[in-house]
Amino acid sequence: MATTPQATKRKWEREGSPWTGLWAVVAKEMADHLTGVRMRILEILIVLTAIGTVYVAIQNLRTTVGEDPFLFLRLFTTGKDPLPAFVGFLGFLVPLIAIALGFDAVNGEMNRRTLSRVLAQPIYRDALLFGKFLAGLFTLALVLAAIWLLIYGLGLLRLGVPPSGEEVARSLWFLVATVAYGGVWLSLSLLFSIVFRQPATAALSSIAVWLFFTVFWGMIAQLVAQGLQPVRFGLPQEFLSQAQLELGLARISPNTLYGEAVLALLHPTVRALGPVLPIQLQGAILGTPLPLSQSLLLIWPQLTGLIAATLLLFVLGYVLFQRQEIRA
Amino acid sequence: MSSGSGNGEGVVIQTEGLTKRYWDLVAVDHLDLSIHEGEVFGVLGPNGSGKTTTILMLLGLTEPTEGSARVLGFDPVRQPLKVKAHVGYLPDQVGFYDELTARENLSYIAKLNGIPRREAYRRIDESLERMGLADVADRRVGTYSRGMKQRLGLAELLLKRPRVVILDEPTLGLDPEAAREFLHTIEGLKEEGITVLLSSHLLHQVQAVCDRVGLFHRGKMVLEGTVPELARRVLGGAYRIRLEVADSTQDLTEALRRTPGVVSARRVDGNVYELEAGEDVRSEVARAVIEAGAGLLSLEREEPSLDEIYARYFQEVSADGNDTTSNEA
Ligand SMILES: Nc1ncnc2c1ncn2[C@@H]1O[C@H](COP(=O)(O)OP(=O)(O)O)[C@@H](O)[C@H]1O
Ligand SMILES: [Mg+2]
Repeated sequence: MATTPQATKRKWEREGSPWTGLWAVVAKEMADHLTGVRMRILEILIVLTAIGTVYVAIQNLRTTVGEDPFLFLRLFTTGKDPLPAFVGFLGFLVPLIAIALGFDAVNGEMNRRTLSRVLAQPIYRDALLFGKFLAGLFTLALVLAAIWLLIYGLGLLRLGVPPSGEEVARSLWFLVATVAYGGVWLSLSLLFSIVFRQPATAALSSIAVWLFFTVFWGMIAQLVAQGLQPVRFGLPQEFLSQAQLELGLARISPNTLYGEAVLALLHPTVRALGPVLPIQLQGAILGTPLPLSQSLLLIWPQLTGLIAATLLLFVLGYVLFQRQEIRA
Repeated sequence: MSSGSGNGEGVVIQTEGLTKRYWDLVAVDHLDLSIHEGEVFGVLGPNGSGKTTTILMLLGLTEPTEGSARVLGFDPVRQPLKVKAHVGYLPDQVGFYDELTARENLSYIAKLNGIPRREAYRRIDESLERMGLADVADRRVGTYSRGMKQRLGLAELLLKRPRVVILDEPTLGLDPEAAREFLHTIEGLKEEGITVLLSSHLLHQVQAVCDRVGLFHRGKMVLEGTVPELARRVLGGAYRIRLEVADSTQDLTEALRRTPGVVSARRVDGNVYELEAGEDVRSEVARAVIEAGAGLLSLEREEPSLDEIYARYFQEVSADGNDTTSNEA
């Protein structure tokens, strides 16, 4: 668009807080999300999933009550063929919900011709976009927290033992990681809702990106690693560097980051993520759980990676939105 | 008419050299505009002449490429929040959240304006009442007709007690009856002392409510003034007077033509005459009729049509253009 450097410079000197009206936007958007049919359907889906998987998990766990110190964490991670564990379902339900919360955020208002009316009020675009993002994130957090409570409630009723503080803390961090994972998909769909005029296009593009990472990225990472770090002589170092490259590439995908974070949080005995050398295990008694602080240290890069990706996508959308001309 | 406040104080909207370019297209070209407090100003011109772009720049919704604007003394580029707190804007195609009721829609806008809740309730009721929407206030806006949505749009503007109201093509898509009613409401705003800027490509439809108009053509304001002023400038005779007399036996054309100020007189049929005059000479005409011994039934001024002015102006401009080219050749 025809923006002179001078005009851009002046823009930064604009008066008034960019957050004026933020909470009005958040409240309106959250009310929309929580009363909308779209979210109602997804909520039912996730509640059914939670009840189903946890029911199966409880059936399996009843035999080990009293032996397993992390019984309540097992509620999330125990599956029974053919049913995967609850975390397995979350891996694709969370992106789905996050995309559903964002894909028509901006273009929907443009098509309904409400955008210019809203922006004619004394607020900056910043407040509108950030408000929509926050509302999506809060809604996601609210739904997940409700599911969390549901699972704990079921666990208490059927297992008959209270959870330990460690279990509660770990599963709360798991909740945080899940919201951060959802944040990535939320800001992606928000970005697409700015780029594309049609909500359907934005939704399909978001889902395409998600499919790409879920289905293809693992294969691509493997192929690229094999190509760049081939195993020529069958040396252990060769295998190791290939595996490390593959993992490094795989970690570009938010799915990998989330998977690793969940693994370390819900399985306290996991001492390292990725290929483990025997030397790293020296002095450690295999099978002893790590304290939560150590597990957190382990997943800190994954967690910050998810948050950084969220911020990056949001900022990209923000810049595009600022430059967009609103005539509708 | 134009409230006589030609001094700097009464100016609420002012632009200097305001320009907007889209790549190589000049949408608004060095616009100098000043609108006075309490007047109804019409930004008129065909589609694509730069009306909407001008409005967007006044509200800080798009940035000018060049030049500057002041609205209520604020710079829309740097102080858009202050401008938008006092200026109500109705876009050319208003949309509402269809799944919400009128009251809910307005309540969101009130919150965005930071109006306290109790005060907001009061103002929402008041403005819905005023726009005749009180009965349907709790119906989903999806069920509203185009005219009702337009009135809801005005109700929303009233909510923030604006000092200036900017309406983009407010009669677009309304049937003639609804359009007339809507224009009547605009006159009501003026009576409250609200300055109104409205844009339209339907010149004849809005000319009656405008104190002053600016005629746009390809991003430039080519003519500006009151309708009679423009008529005088472009058409010559500014006033058209239509009168009906009781007595048909006598031909008054000559007597009327001799009345000072009258440019031409014509007997339309039987008892009806049409005059053109340089100024308002209705009382002189009335006297002339009485003195000629005829009975006067009605005497009214006909507004010259803006469409005619616009068309005539461009005829002249293009004729001039032809002259210069032939001189150069
Ligand atoms: N975003 C844009 N990019 C390029 N050209 C534009 C854009 N918006 C408007 N224009 C052009 O600017 C001119 C003026 O448009 P506009 O102000 O909408 O006219 P009006 O409101 O008088 O119908 C038109 O020729 C239009 O095509
Ligand atoms: Mg327009």
